[in-house]
Amino acid sequence: MPKQDAAPKWQDLALGCATLEPGSSKYQKTGDWRSSRPVWNFDQCVKCGVCTVFCPEGCLSIDAKGYPQVDLDYCKGCAICVTECWTGCISMEEEKD
Amino acid sequence: MAVRKGIEVSLAVAEAAAACDVDCIAAYPITPQTHIVEHLSELVNDGELDAEFIPVESEHSAMSCCCGTAAAGARTFTATSSQGLALMHEILFIAANLRLPIVMTVANRALSAPINIWNDHSDIMTERDAGWLQIFAENGQEATDMVPICHRIAEDKRVLLPIMLNFDGFIVSHVVEPIICLDKEEIATFLPIYEPQQRLDIDHPITMGPVGMPEVYTEAKMAHEAAVQNSYEPICEILEEFGKQFGRTYKPVETYKTEDADIVYIMMGAAAETAMSWVDKVRDSGKKVGIVRFRLWRPLPVKAFKEAVKGFKVLCVVDRHFSPGGAGGPVAQEVKYMLYGEENAPKVVEVVAGLGGRDLDYDAFETMYDKCKKVLDGGEVPPFELIQARGGHYGKI
Repeated sequence: MPKQDAAPKWQDLALGCATLEPGSSKYQKTGDWRSSRPVWNFDQCVKCGVCTVFCPEGCLSIDAKGYPQVDLDYCKGCAICVTECWTGCISMEEEKD
Repeated sequence: MAVRKGIEVSLAVAEAAAACDVDCIAAYPITPQTHIVEHLSELVNDGELDAEFIPVESEHSAMSCCCGTAAAGARTFTATSSQGLALMHEILFIAANLRLPIVMTVANRALSAPINIWNDHSDIMTERDAGWLQIFAENGQEATDMVPICHRIAEDKRVLLPIMLNFDGFIVSHVVEPIICLDKEEIATFLPIYEPQQRLDIDHPITMGPVGMPEVYTEAKMAHEAAVQNSYEPICEILEEFGKQFGRTYKPVETYKTEDADIVYIMMGAAAETAMSWVDKVRDSGKKVGIVRFRLWRPLPVKAFKEAVKGFKVLCVVDRHFSPGGAGGPVAQEVKYMLYGEENAPKVVEVVAGLGGRDLDYDAFETMYDKCKKVLDGGEVPPFELIQARGGHYGKI
């Protein structure tokens, strides 16, 4: 999927190293900065959606059943969702790989 | 029509910027500022110049603001000096690497401490590596002519880099000189309407200044190096074209009475003009001295400089700044870099003088001559020396 060349030659860079394609940050899979990931206990989740509102990266959404789901391509593991969840149903799990 | 009139250089420079029809000026208006932006703010206020004048709370903000207006596609001009340039330091690199064609005049003045508002080159030499083009003017006429030249260079599609126009603080900036001031119509025949190559535009969104990961930072720097190096030919062309059009021709490296010289002084800025008068005086008494002046400092005109100094026995590099505890003055360092390994390279005598407004007078040039004469007569090349320091230079000379 990455449209941008990850290793361009200097001759191929745009003037002033500008990014010419709007919305191209989606190609940068910043999720690989993460050292631990949020995990939900859906038995305890009340589908309030607070976690999706507070996620600073906008990578939490609501699935068909109304539960939050995380896009791990962009989740950096900041754990703000854990802090904000008032039911305490989210925990952080260390990344193994 | 251009008229020759007696005018303070700062005001002439401001009027030249106005005649270039600049769109935006962002500047911090008080010390260490010159009358350049003061006069521009008057022109905008009085409706004589249709431009945005943005007074900001610091030079850091001034340069940040200039980056914004240049990125939006406005012809952008600003001016600063000494501590003000130092406060811009962080943003200078950003303007350069974003390839924003800002023109900034720098009335070269000393850096504190001790607090000193007078002329030397410590402000500009500290910003040597910022990635801007850097050009020096020696007098008011040159400073005024260089304003349209700098806009033309910066905005040339083959260049697209910010440029600093240097002239000596007070010695040039605050004196009244007879100056031929080109008017708006004349400048318009030399400087076309600015058409940005790339700009911030909500209909065609781009991102300027994104993060450059380790995978791309080196390439970004290489691209910048290529841009600065490749600006040399367009700069020469533009200087020549200005000469043809207006009769005043400037070159990247200029010489004075060097034809049969044994000892050649390497200088830049207004002090070179004093040195020329001194050369005229001592030539009669048999001293074979000449002067080579850098007009262009970035890109460093390596080839032109080497040709200009070829065959001379001794060069006397006069630095107006130095690196304490380091390798002396920046100009001498670069001169030695250019000459290293060259066959029959001249010997390089390094002096640091004219710091913080100390006069570079005939006595100073005589002292330098005496040092160089010893080397010319076979003496050892001494390390760099602050020749005007009462009490002598500390360390081994």
